[in-house]
This record gives sequence, structure tokens and C-alpha cells, in this order.
Amino acid sequence: MNRKLNRRLALQTLASTGAVASFGPLSLLAHAQKPLTVGVIYVGPRDDYGYNQAHAQAAAELKKLPGIKVVEEENVPETAAVQKTMTGMIAQDGAGLLFPTSFGYFDPHILALAPKYPDVRFSHCGGLWTEGKHPKNVGSFFGYIDECQYLNGVVAGHMSKSRKIGFVAAKPIPQVLRNINAFLLGARSVHPDITCSVIFTGDWSMAVKEAEATNSLADQGVDVFTMHVDGPKVVVETAAKRGKMVCGYHASQAKLAPAAYLTGAEWNWLTAYKTIIEAAQAGKPHPNFLRGGLKEGYVKMSPYGSSVSEAAKKNADEVKAKMLAGSFDIFKGPLKDNKGNTILAAGKVLKQTDLELEKMNYLVEGVVGSI
Amino acid sequence: MRNALREIALTIGALAAALLVFGALVWLAGVDPFDMAWLLFKGAFGDAFSWQNTLQRAAPLMLTALCVALPAQAGLVVIGGEGALVLGGLACAAAATQWPLPANLAGSVLACVAGALAGALWVMLASALRQYRGINETISSLLLAYVAIGLFKHLVEGPLRDPASLNKPSTLSLPEGLRIGGIAGSDVHWGLVLGVLACGLLGGWLRLTASGFALRVVGGNLRTAQLIGLPATRLVLLACALGGACAGLAGAVEVAAVHTNANASLIAAYGYAGILVSFIARHQPLAIVPVAILFGGFGAAGSLLQRRLGLPDASVLVLQGLTFVFILASEALRQGDPAALWRRLWPTRPALKESSP
Repeated sequence: MNRKLNRRLALQTLASTGAVASFGPLSLLAHAQKPLTVGVIYVGPRDDYGYNQAHAQAAAELKKLPGIKVVEEENVPETAAVQKTMTGMIAQDGAGLLFPTSFGYFDPHILALAPKYPDVRFSHCGGLWTEGKHPKNVGSFFGYIDECQYLNGVVAGHMSKSRKIGFVAAKPIPQVLRNINAFLLGARSVHPDITCSVIFTGDWSMAVKEAEATNSLADQGVDVFTMHVDGPKVVVETAAKRGKMVCGYHASQAKLAPAAYLTGAEWNWLTAYKTIIEAAQAGKPHPNFLRGGLKEGYVKMSPYGSSVSEAAKKNADEVKAKMLAGSFDIFKGPLKDNKGNTILAAGKVLKQTDLELEKMNYLVEGVVGSI
Repeated sequence: MRNALREIALTIGALAAALLVFGALVWLAGVDPFDMAWLLFKGAFGDAFSWQNTLQRAAPLMLTALCVALPAQAGLVVIGGEGALVLGGLACAAAATQWPLPANLAGSVLACVAGALAGALWVMLASALRQYRGINETISSLLLAYVAIGLFKHLVEGPLRDPASLNKPSTLSLPEGLRIGGIAGSDVHWGLVLGVLACGLLGGWLRLTASGFALRVVGGNLRTAQLIGLPATRLVLLACALGGACAGLAGAVEVAAVHTNANASLIAAYGYAGILVSFIARHQPLAIVPVAILFGGFGAAGSLLQRRLGLPDASVLVLQGLTFVFILASEALRQGDPAALWRRLWPTRPALKESSP
């Protein structure tokens, strides 16, 4: 009796294995043919000439791809509202892949929802997905845009007459500090005596303070500006009004000030979006951790403005070629912070992929300002 | 009874008028107005998911609206609820992570009480400045909100910062046992119940008790109140403390139920949205509940409108603005007798009363 039951069980198991084996590819095919609904969520307006616009531009490109349906929502705060937007996209629109693009969406919001929807893929921009700590259907992607800020710095170094350049920053957090430091190091590669004055406004989007900071830096003699705030529009326009030059950030702001705009550090999110979407369409594992720079096509430079000198273009293009070849390191010793502490001893190098750089908590020597 | 019916009819009329105008606007923009109206309803109240969405958005607004309504009942215009909310959230996070609170319901209650206390003191400060130093409470409460946000950021990015929060400065997270979960397995957290309870209790207090009545006398006519010997200053401070406690509680619940720690995402303008809710509810705590739900509905429906019709976020703000303009305009119809207004508009029509002896 017992043995008989066992045999039946074994037969059942065999049969079901066969069924799975034969239907597996079929269901995969069905999966591939169904259009994939992709939800994109922005923390600010889609036309902010900045962070959100960079994502919206990539989302607009996604809409042209076959088999992709895009649903979008802008001005979603980092509160329970974003959880509702995500569940709404999943439950009401049938989204299978979400791009919640603001940093603050990750913890606790994405981490709260992901376990409830194991079949949905969450791809967050900017976060630090960690193996073993975060769910498998969650991933994070980001770009090494400090490479572009370094190139901004090289151009600024050539163009600045006062040898004082300025940075309007939101908050003293690692991603921002890395850009400030890269900008100054780029400029110092041209003239080792250049200083970069930084002002932190305290928030991602604070038009009045951004204008005040720009004016106050201009009063101090700064003649080339760059920034790391959500919407660089105010800084670009204010600097241009003061007759100063400016390097852009996030997206191209050339339209806002064609004469003052030298070049800019831009995101190219389409690269990351496509990689993640292709994995979803093919049913491959979700890419949990994606990072890339100029070489991988995650970031790009704005075309040079008309006022950029030939020497500046030549120098920046040379450095860019090295970056594209993967033979250039921004953070290398000897490197000191602006309080005199040694960060990297001579001969030491931090590669772009080094996670140590994502914890940056210092301003390098030559930056005027404090955290 | 007739009054209540008229109130409801006026509100519904105002809503319908706003929808009509908004429908015309979206029609001009090339969107089918019937599609729009259907999505609005579906997004806000169409199914269980929409209701959860609406109610969750409404929860903090009930509490922050009370921070405007209670001082208003005492004759003060306080618009700094945002400050009480962020400090309430901060106090909750600080209490929960710095003190050894028991990791159970009692601990959660204590953490929320800490938040409510912080909010109460902050708004009371604005009213004390008015009562003792003659400083306009509208201006001072608004400015104090900026001071509160500054304090919040200083502490969250400085002494209270969790060193592991790299790109998003936050305090340490609340222990699991202190967090507030959803009601009966839904996404809606207990903040909603607290909001409805607070509106009900405070509304009852104002209507049914002697001290509540005294407060309304102070708000109605300060001279009369002083003449009959009411402790006006104490009542004003009390109203502001209660209002501030509600906003502080809203912040504490946001931290304990949503964010799990205090960080800058808490500064989401719930305090300012509460001003609008309270004014539309004419500072009546009981009326705040439906108005806050209407507000939550706008948020929920706006989300769906953006996703389905590709309308910009601003379009829902337009609808919201239209609704409130119409609701405020309907005030004009509320005061007088509609029949008299009708007679005035059509003077040739014989009045009915003349035929009776």
C-alpha cells in the first residue's frame, strides 16, 4: 500500500515536472508578447530644466519603444503619497516595472512595497541596493556624473579670469560633495591655484536661496558657476544676468542662457532604463545594482557653448577620451581635505566604482566652504 | 434640519459647478470631459483601493486643520501648523530613539504624546506672544514655522543624525515595536482614527461643554467675554495648545506610521494644506472630516488623472482651486433666504404671502 502510494506520488511528480518543462517556454513567450507597463514617478515638475526633466526625457524616449506602455506622475512627495502612486500604478495600470526616481522614495517607501509585490520590479535611481539586505525585485541605478563635473571644472579652469569658481549646492551629502570636489579638481588640473567657493542652500529646490547664493558668490568675484540642486534654472539665469559664465547640471540649460553657458553635466538615463527593461522583457533576473559613467553612456556632456576657447575644448576632450578609455581616475593621491587632513596618500587611487566614494564626507583642499 | 439640507445642497452645487467649469477647460485642452469625470470619481471613491488612497491622504489633514480651527474658534488666525507638525515628528523620533520606551502600544502612545506636547508648546508660544506682547499671531506663527523647520534640519542633520543615513540625513529609525501599522490589514494607518476621534471630541467639547462655549464667546467677542469674567487669556492659550497638539500628533503619526524616522520628507506642506481645509470647513471640527476626505480624494484622483490622461499635476490644483472658489462663493447664498433672493431677482412675480390674511 505504502509503496503503491509512493509510486503514484512519483508519477505525479514526474508528470508535473513534464508539464512545467513543456509549458515553461510557452508562458515565457506569452510574457514577452504582453506589453510591459512602466511607471515613472517624479518628485518635482517634469519641465524643471533639471533632475526631473532628465528623467522625463528618457521616459519620452521609452514611449517610442515597441511593447512598452509608460504611465507617469509628477510632483509626488516622498510621503505615503508615493506608496499610493506606486500601488496605483501596479493595481490600476498593471505596471510590471517602476522607476521611482527620487532619492527619498527608496527607504522606507519602495522597501515597504517591494515584498508585497514580488512580481513587480522596482528600479530606484540613486539608492544603494545591498545584497542580502534589500529584496531581489528591487534595484538601484546611478551614474558617475562627477566625471562630467570634472570636465566642467576643466573648462571652467580655462575660462575663469578671477581664478575663483563657484558651486551652489543643495545639501552636504556624499553625492553632492563628490560633484563639488570633482569640479574643483578639474579646474585645478588647469591652474593649481584656483579656488571653488561653495554655498549650501539646505534644500533641493529653493529658488530664492539659490538666487541669493549665486549673487553673493558673484559679489565675491566668482566668474564661473555650476550647481547641484534639483532645478538649475535659477542659478543659470542669475549668473547669466550678472554677466558670469555657467556650467550646467542634470539636463542642458543652454536654452536659458546661450551666451553664458559653457558646457554641462547631463544624465543619460535611457541607457539604464533600457538595460532594466530588456531584462524585464526577457524574463532575466532584475539588475539590482547598475552604475556607469561616460564610458557606459550613463552621463554625457552638453555641447560646448560658443564662448568656450579652443584650448579649453582641446584639454577637456583629451581628458574625456581618457575617461572613455577607462584610464582616468579623478580621486587620486596625494589628496587633502580643506582642513588639512590627508584623504589619500601619494600613489593611492580610488576607482570610480569604489563604494568608498559613495560615502564621501569631506571637501578637498581648494574648496572654500564647510559641511 | 432645513439648514443642514441647504448646506449640503450648496456644497454639492458648488462641486457640480466646479466640475462643469473644469470639464470645459479640459475639453478645450482636447480631453473628453466625461472620461475625466469618470476617472475623478474612480480615482477618489471608485473602489476599495481608491478609498484607502483617499482616506490615507486625508488622515494628516484632519489633524493639521484642527491646528487652524481651534485657535480660530478663540478668534486667532494661526497658520503655522507646519512648524508644530515637523517638531512633533522630531520629538516622536527623538523620544523613541533616545529614551528606552517600552516596545509596545504604551511606548507608541508615549512617543506620540511627546510629539503632541512639542506641537502644543510651539503653537502656544505664538499665542503667548500675542497675549502678553501684542505680537500678531498670524505672522508670528508663520515665522515660527520657518524657525521650527530650521531647528528640525539642524537636529536631523546634526546631533540626532543616524551616521548611516548618507544621502538622506535622518534620525535613527524607530524600533519595530513602536511603529504604527495599518487598520485591519489595510494600508490606512491609525492616524485616520486619531484624526476622526480628535475632530469628534473637540467638536463635542466646543458644542456641548461650558468651557467650550466660553472659548467660543472669547472668539466671538473678547470684550463681552472679559466683561462676564471669562479667563480669556487662559482659554486662548488652551485652544492654541490643543490645536498645536493635534498638528504635533500628525507629525508623530507620520513618523511612526510612514517614515519610521524623522527626515526632511516630513516637510510635505500638510500643515499648510490644513489651513485650506479648516477655512473650507468654516473652522468647525466636525465639518473638517468630510472636507479633509474631499481633499484626500482630490489627491487620489489627481494621481489617476495624471497617469491615464497625461494631464499635468497642476490640473488637479486648478480643479481644487475652482472648487474652493465656488464653495466660498456659495457663502453668499447661505446667509440670506433663497426665496427672498429669488423675489428680488424677479420682482414682477407676486409674493405668495400677500394672499394670506
